[in-house]
Amino acid sequence: MHGRPRTAPKPEDAAASAAKAQKLRALQSQFLSYHHSRIYTEEALDASAKLLEINPEYYTAWNYRKLAVEHRVGESGSSPEYVKSIFDEELKVVENALRQNFKSYGAWYHRTWVLSKGHSSLDHELRLLDRFQKADPRNFHAWNYRRFVAALLGRSVEDELQYTEDLIGNNFSNYSAWHNRSMLLSEILKKKEQESSSQDVISKEYEFVLNALYTDPDDQSGWFYHLWLLDQTFKVKAPLLVSSWPVPGFDLVVSGNVSFADHPLSSFSEFTVALERFPVVLYFNQNVEGVNSSTVTIQSTFVQNEDVTWKPLSLQNSPASKVWVGYLDLSGVDHHSSAPYTVEIKLGHHQGIMSSNGLQLSIPFDLSFTVSVKPLETQSSKDEKVAWEEDKFCACETHLQVAIPCLCYDGITVDNKYEPTTSDWQIGTIAEEISQIRNLLAISDSKIGKITLARLLMAHDAMSSPYATKTVHAEEVLGLYSELMKLDPSHYQYYKDERSLVLLQQLLSSRETLLRYCFCYRGITSPSAYGPICLRLNNQSISRMGSFDKLLWVQLLDLSDNELHSIEGMEALQLLRCLNLGRNKLRSFTSLDPLRYLRSLKVLNISHNEIGLHSIDTTRYSCSASPLSHNGEIIWSDDVFPPEDADVTNYWEAFMVFKSLELTQLDIVGNAVTNEKFKSFLLKILPKLQFLDGQNLHQI
Amino acid sequence: MAELPPYPPIEPSEFDLVIVGTGLPESILAAAASAAGKSVLHLDPNPFYGSHFASLPPDDLSGFLDHPRPSSPDPAAASGGDDLAAASIDLRSLYSDVEISSFAPETLEQHSRKFSLDLSGPRVLFCADKAVDAILKSGANQYVEFKSIDASLVCDKGGNLVNVPDSRAAIFKDKSLSLVEKNVLMRFFKLVQQHFSGDGESDRISEEDLASPFVEFLAKMRLPEKIKSVILYAIAMADYDQEDKEACKIVISTKEGIERLALYHSSVGRFANAVGALIYPIYGQGELAQAFCRRAAVKGCIYVLRMPVIALHIDKESGEYRGVRLGSGQDIFSHKLVLEPSFTVPSSRGLLPQNSLMENAQVKAKMARGICILTSSLRPDESNFLIVYPPRSLYPEQVTSVRVLQIGGNLAVCPSGMFVLYLSALCDEASQGKKILHRAINALMNLDDSEISESTPASTVQTEEARADPLLLWRALYIQELTAGQVGTVSSTPMPDGSLGFNDALDATVKLFQTIYPHEPFFPETPAEDPEDDGALSVET
Repeated sequence: MHGRPRTAPKPEDAAASAAKAQKLRALQSQFLSYHHSRIYTEEALDASAKLLEINPEYYTAWNYRKLAVEHRVGESGSSPEYVKSIFDEELKVVENALRQNFKSYGAWYHRTWVLSKGHSSLDHELRLLDRFQKADPRNFHAWNYRRFVAALLGRSVEDELQYTEDLIGNNFSNYSAWHNRSMLLSEILKKKEQESSSQDVISKEYEFVLNALYTDPDDQSGWFYHLWLLDQTFKVKAPLLVSSWPVPGFDLVVSGNVSFADHPLSSFSEFTVALERFPVVLYFNQNVEGVNSSTVTIQSTFVQNEDVTWKPLSLQNSPASKVWVGYLDLSGVDHHSSAPYTVEIKLGHHQGIMSSNGLQLSIPFDLSFTVSVKPLETQSSKDEKVAWEEDKFCACETHLQVAIPCLCYDGITVDNKYEPTTSDWQIGTIAEEISQIRNLLAISDSKIGKITLARLLMAHDAMSSPYATKTVHAEEVLGLYSELMKLDPSHYQYYKDERSLVLLQQLLSSRETLLRYCFCYRGITSPSAYGPICLRLNNQSISRMGSFDKLLWVQLLDLSDNELHSIEGMEALQLLRCLNLGRNKLRSFTSLDPLRYLRSLKVLNISHNEIGLHSIDTTRYSCSASPLSHNGEIIWSDDVFPPEDADVTNYWEAFMVFKSLELTQLDIVGNAVTNEKFKSFLLKILPKLQFLDGQNLHQI
Repeated sequence: MAELPPYPPIEPSEFDLVIVGTGLPESILAAAASAAGKSVLHLDPNPFYGSHFASLPPDDLSGFLDHPRPSSPDPAAASGGDDLAAASIDLRSLYSDVEISSFAPETLEQHSRKFSLDLSGPRVLFCADKAVDAILKSGANQYVEFKSIDASLVCDKGGNLVNVPDSRAAIFKDKSLSLVEKNVLMRFFKLVQQHFSGDGESDRISEEDLASPFVEFLAKMRLPEKIKSVILYAIAMADYDQEDKEACKIVISTKEGIERLALYHSSVGRFANAVGALIYPIYGQGELAQAFCRRAAVKGCIYVLRMPVIALHIDKESGEYRGVRLGSGQDIFSHKLVLEPSFTVPSSRGLLPQNSLMENAQVKAKMARGICILTSSLRPDESNFLIVYPPRSLYPEQVTSVRVLQIGGNLAVCPSGMFVLYLSALCDEASQGKKILHRAINALMNLDDSEISESTPASTVQTEEARADPLLLWRALYIQELTAGQVGTVSSTPMPDGSLGFNDALDATVKLFQTIYPHEPFFPETPAEDPEDDGALSVET
């Protein structure tokens, strides 16, 4: 059934099929006239049966037969024997149709429908299935139907498991059998209440599948099953808070006394934010729901718990998100008092924050920090422009480094009860698999083996260090991905992306490594002696951004000269004001979607990318940014409507990104989309813009 | 010949080819020659088909082993004409040291006709065996049905029987191999597969390697001992200890080795109903010869059983063969004559050009064969299986492998509930051969080696009522000669060879046919006459 080449039909075949089509058309029109006149006589039924035998995919005829069955059963005075015979006839028609095409949807559905009516014997079904599964063991229709019949028959999961084992034994390339096995095991694992017994089940499966991996490492079926097992092992159970802004114990200084928007950069100091309000960001290890004022309580003199609205930062319009933000209003604060206010945030003390699989945030978490208000003294020029040139940056001095609020969440510096969420069994199992796959790779070259090893190593690191502060295996994993990029060029981008994420994790894993990328920015006037701190991850050959949990504090971010094609996840960086994405590989405005959530963003450089270069916007086809997902909704509520004369229809995607931003500086030169028409459109939708491509708009 | 009833004369009395003996090579030859349009007379002095490839009840089998003919031909032969001289035909026995022990004569007596014991066992068909192709091409598949051999086992170093990891699926399921061994073995299989199917020169094994001994190539590929032994003895079916250069009379070259491996692999999965590489004909091996005979008969070949040939007619002037005198006294003339291997024509006549039909014929070796009838299967869950004891697995001095085949009642070779065990091993002389078989039988039945019964005098039927082991009802041990057939105007077919399958026998038969009829195709491809014959082999599940 698989891998057979198609051959062009011979002339005589073409003639025969034309004759067949002629006959079929005649039969079809006769059938339709019966159908429309609701004639359910023997003769009419025969016509439909004949039609279906020739063309089992003709769904109308199946529906007609369903109507006919209902009609006849209703008429019969319901002698059970007669009813049974009606249904038995249907089974026969289905069987004939399947003989013609055993992958016909209509036929299998009809059979399911007949059996679900409960008048027919099931004895024959497994034998029938055996026949079809022998004809093609990867026929998913048959597998689906098998699950249905097994449930009807009440066959034990163990029996069905044995069946998959037999089929896998015959040919372990049969992924359908492996897949059914994973379905059955999920059932079993759900039932196992004791942790240890489900661990036994998973361990046995690892043993089983390793036989396939070792026997033929080039076959993918076993590897996919292995990946599923890895998932079962690695499954993070309870949600955990992995990062937050502000970090616990932080002394936040809020400065400025005028509208922040007019002074984009003047208010930088150590870690200051806009005066009116500041964000609290909670970053979890998985998507959670139920973050609200009853599950998260805020105690402070200047703000009422109930006044804080928590919003999920999720591109999909979904109630679950890894990242949640709540804005604290500072309008009630006395601007002239320099005494710090204490803010205490408690979460996890009450049920309510839970993961998609229904597990509650298990570890209660308390975080407290202080807020003090510092009136802004120096007024800087409105015309000050952020320039990203190399000479504007200098290394951070040591006393400054202390102030960088990163890496608090390693379970030690945080004054919270930290309980390991991973068991010895999990880590042991992963370690065992690492050694098995290493042994295999020592004797067999296997691409899929290499990627599995990379995933196992990362899983091992993640399990031994839930806050991703230890990256023991990062070097090895980076090596594996680099090798794969060479070995398997057709999946280059995937390997590159994975490699980027690992690289970022490594760069941001410890204070020492992170500080190498922190610089003071001296390009603007600053109230303090030193400029604001900028994280510069430029020129790292990164194609995808990650590790945002480590970057919640960042206000200036330089990602230029990379190979980024996506900035997914950047919506978490609520403090971000200046972002340099110049000279990357962004292909469209839709790939900038996360920027819509960055309320503080004022300065953006997306020059020299590939926006407008490609006629097909592939971002649209990835699920997270589907044009059908209505993700514009949140923004419309902000009452942003396009200026009437703006050419919104031609630049809809650009409008969607920029409409909620209050950019003062934008660099967009060097993209295919840029022309005079587009620039004039930008000026209309970005009224606060001061600099466009380095040009001071107020001086024109 | 006085006891023979008068036989009506055979019409006509001139044939293209006369064949004496209905063993498998003779029967294939008869079918092929008939299919090529030759007139063929096929005779057998025995009352049954199959000659040395027959399947017989115990008593007939012991009778045949002792006296291969119901009666020896009359040496006094008259000349058929003035210009013809008579030449005598000598008979020789292929069997010696026959030793038959019956432990439950009544039980056997009761079921005697239900047994079909193979004379040249253990022998099975590889699904990709050339004999299978011949069966399909000739149309003989209409007359014979097969069943799968359920399992193939090999004795490992520790004396345990383990399944032979002979295919991808078997390697995956194997419980005795380590993960690394699985990988190494499968990679070797792929290497061989690529050699045969790959297009690039880089896929092929080098000529130098192909010429080297297989055992050295396996070592070069760094296969562990255990796997080497499995490949050599349980897949390539090597007879001699390949590791022992002195004792090894037949060294398998890499070329041969990988060809045998390829035969094994192309056998797995050739027929949907066959679970492994091997199949066996229902009612026994004798069915194969009979199927070809029936095929030949359809094509016009004339069959006469119980008909000995008592002399040859030789042209006085040229000394060439002209015809035969039958036991009935009739003279039959033909261009060619083929004799089964028990017949010899004194070579002083210069009739037989010394063209050997088989390679390795220079090896002077004998085949020790054994047959046991058992009351229960040696393995609880399986009825039909093959076991190989590689050299040195039974005892240190064992230089050749022992192959053991158990066939159960479901193949109709014995009453249901009973089992027939065939054993064979190459040997230099009888005592050595019997020792190997005894050791193998003891190992299989968990007997102590001290229980080896002293060699009983040949061809006596013995009853040992006090025998401790209830399993064994009957046992035959015998030594069979191994010489190749020869080709000429008068040709002789090869004896049953020492291999497990039929490939070698078929090669020799094709060669013989092509020497006799150099311009005729061996079973021309013709559309099947019988529309119901779909050209498939019937393998029952």
